[in-house]
Amino acid sequence: MDRMPAWADAVLVPLFSIVLAAILSALVILAIGENPVEAFSLMVDGALMRSAGWGYTLYYTTNFIFTGLAVAVAFHAKMFNIGGEGQAAIGGLGVALICLFIPWPHWSLALIGATLGAAAFGAAWAFIPAYLQAKRGSHIVITTIMFNFIAAAVLNYVLVNLLRPAGAMDPATEIFPQATHLPSFQDMFAGGGSLFRGAPANITFFVAVLACVAVWLLIWRTRLGYEIRAFGHSETATRYAGISTVRITVVAMLISGGLAGLMAINTTMGEAERLVMNATEGAGFIGIAVALMGRSHPFGVFLAALLFGFLYQGGAELALWTDIPRELITVIQALVILFTGALDNMVRMPLESVFGTLRRRRSPKPAPTTPSE
Amino acid sequence: MAAPEQTRPAIELKGISKAFGPVQANKDISIRVMPGTIHGIIGENGAGKSTLMSILYGFYKADAGEIFINGTHTEIPDSQAAIKAGIGMVFQHFKLVQNFTVLENVILGAEDGGLLKPSLAKARGVLKHLAEEYELSVDPDAKIEDLSVGHQQRVEILKALYREADILILDEPTGVLTPAEADHLFRILEGLKREGKTIILITHKLREIMEITDTVSVMRRGEMTATVKTAETTPEQLAELMVGRKVLLRVDKVPAQPGRPVLEVENLRHVDESGVERLKGVSLDVRAGEILGIAGVSGNGQSELLEVLGGYADATGTVRVNGQEIPLSGPGSDGRARRHGGIAHVPEDRQHEGLIMPFYAWENVGFGYHDDPRFNRGLLMDNAALQADATDKMKRYDVRPPNPWLPASSFSGGNQQKIVLAREIERDPEVLLVGQPTRGVDIGAIEFIHQEIVRLRDSGKAILLVSVELDEILSLSDRIAVMFDGTIMGERLPDETDQTELGMLMAGMTGATQSRSQGAGHA
Repeated sequence: MDRMPAWADAVLVPLFSIVLAAILSALVILAIGENPVEAFSLMVDGALMRSAGWGYTLYYTTNFIFTGLAVAVAFHAKMFNIGGEGQAAIGGLGVALICLFIPWPHWSLALIGATLGAAAFGAAWAFIPAYLQAKRGSHIVITTIMFNFIAAAVLNYVLVNLLRPAGAMDPATEIFPQATHLPSFQDMFAGGGSLFRGAPANITFFVAVLACVAVWLLIWRTRLGYEIRAFGHSETATRYAGISTVRITVVAMLISGGLAGLMAINTTMGEAERLVMNATEGAGFIGIAVALMGRSHPFGVFLAALLFGFLYQGGAELALWTDIPRELITVIQALVILFTGALDNMVRMPLESVFGTLRRRRSPKPAPTTPSE
Repeated sequence: MAAPEQTRPAIELKGISKAFGPVQANKDISIRVMPGTIHGIIGENGAGKSTLMSILYGFYKADAGEIFINGTHTEIPDSQAAIKAGIGMVFQHFKLVQNFTVLENVILGAEDGGLLKPSLAKARGVLKHLAEEYELSVDPDAKIEDLSVGHQQRVEILKALYREADILILDEPTGVLTPAEADHLFRILEGLKREGKTIILITHKLREIMEITDTVSVMRRGEMTATVKTAETTPEQLAELMVGRKVLLRVDKVPAQPGRPVLEVENLRHVDESGVERLKGVSLDVRAGEILGIAGVSGNGQSELLEVLGGYADATGTVRVNGQEIPLSGPGSDGRARRHGGIAHVPEDRQHEGLIMPFYAWENVGFGYHDDPRFNRGLLMDNAALQADATDKMKRYDVRPPNPWLPASSFSGGNQQKIVLAREIERDPEVLLVGQPTRGVDIGAIEFIHQEIVRLRDSGKAILLVSVELDEILSLSDRIAVMFDGTIMGERLPDETDQTELGMLMAGMTGATQSRSQGAGHA
């Protein structure tokens, strides 16, 4: 029952988890006959050094911030929303409808409209599982994962049968109108030389940063956030306090789904500029790892999203230049989830005992007392 | 020192120390327990009693010190080793498989081979023998879930004896028993003692120590402060040794001045989620300036009564506060509405209901009242206001340490209860519901908590007190209602009744009640 200081809990535990995941990944790379050191330097080079590397890293980061925040908010209410994938996909539908059917005069207004549309559609997709959980006791993990499949099927149908331009072979919408095109980093930081050339990172990144701040305010500064956290820690206590558990369950999931939906702004409006099949590319699931690693804190989510953005982009580089398949990144992600989530105590307990020993060594042993008998 | 054979202690602990991080749970503890005696260990919560027994039973490893069983130095790395050394433990929370029979529970973990039948047959014989010898009769084929708590405890004792324990440790064994069941338990223990078994009784109830033990050791803050012969001490002296200062064992209060009824309950019925009727038409009223104590063995509907009145369980019937009927289901019947209606609630289970353990103290001080305009500024919560409020309340209720930035989980039970009490009492409610106000609370804090409850009563508020501690009910209440199986068995005045009579009512027996208490209900 040794306690360690809060900073160690927040910094050292995730750090050790990454290091352990990295070591195991290195062994995997060795096992497939490649040099892990070379692979790592290639990843760093490709994700952070080479032109456009940062642009890609931050593009992925943006996705992971949204889905990570989505999972984090649900975590605070002790719900495991693994439906980020479906909520983001449906959010994409919202973005597409808003962009295609409303004549926007300027991208800034379109961005606001798309934000509302993406959040509303994502939230709506999360509402049904939330309602079923709150009212019928259907487990949110089961329902959200089923809703991922339903979302994919719905999107498939809508794209193929309703939104596909006549004559097109591609199950995708037409390109959004010019006025809805969001400024990319290349447009915004023209003075930065070739840093962001051709990279998909765009203004949505700042929306994601704003979302971090908003979630922080929500969780730690509002009454709703207080109630969500209370519910997450103790359902019996919230009933005692007269907080409606149905309301908290539904509202927390609506916010979670809305955040996941926002991701679609980045992929659909910011990058593809049309809605395509499978625009989410598994970001909904990576959000789980991001939230776990970020300890459900918006700042932690931001850092973890950066790390995963780096892994994603670096992984793409690996696949390009070596025989290491891109799937290795999935292995690394899985390892990070394993260490930060499932095996959390494996890292935490040795660290705690180290801190306990240090503390005992620093404070002198209590003076031996003579038994009073 | 080679002691003569017959005075060799059954258990001897020498210099046991155990630390959890910075907390020294046991400091250099030495103790000798003679065979064939009942040895009490008494101390406040957190004094280290349970840690010491856990070391003896192999759950924890001591940092230093030695254990001698019957004079032999013994290592006890796990509970298997403890059982082998002849130690049996009866936990406060029973470790029984609910849907197994008594026999199956007794052999669980002590089966003789791959096939159950021979073990069961052997156990049946052993049980029969034990039942005759020690008044330990239990139907060997009954399922645990069908047994009363007292019988379940006997199964725990049988389990230990079946494993041929010579040393029996009982951790707070009477917490869940009626007085009659407790008396029966004590008779069993006396019987075991006569047969030469050694018994260690851990408790915080002074009365039990005085009643049954031969010697008693007092623990305070991880240290053994004294070991004395029970016959040579007094409850007052023990209390002082436990707390480290003089303690008032009786509640200091003037006679109540009851006014008009504030809380009126009529024909309250509640059916729980599994369809069991927990309240079967409860009627009672609490008047201004009065403490109504609800006595009863836990599980007879008291918790449900508090939940219904506190607004988190639906019910039918009528409840009025100051003459105003309040809804018992649907909108306006939740805890928030109750608080607005002047009902404050100190719940029975402060760790799961009254407090959010990982929340800071200041966050907890606003819990349930967090929609108060005082704590809000527009969309955001006014954390500074909450923190100031918490600092103030913690100071006035002497919460230690007075640091609002500590999570609730790092306070002791007594200080946690003070936080809840401060929050609920300082709202100046019309009605205060209090469940088990001093469960898991140290003696020093009990005194304070009782005083605060009496102070609220004296300011003209109505207080409904639920407690399984009869002593607490008797000393704090102005009127006592006894609950059994979801009904009120009767009402008594504390001065005109005693433990025996209340115990009969708590066990559901009315026919034989003494005539003098008839009509004493409503004075």
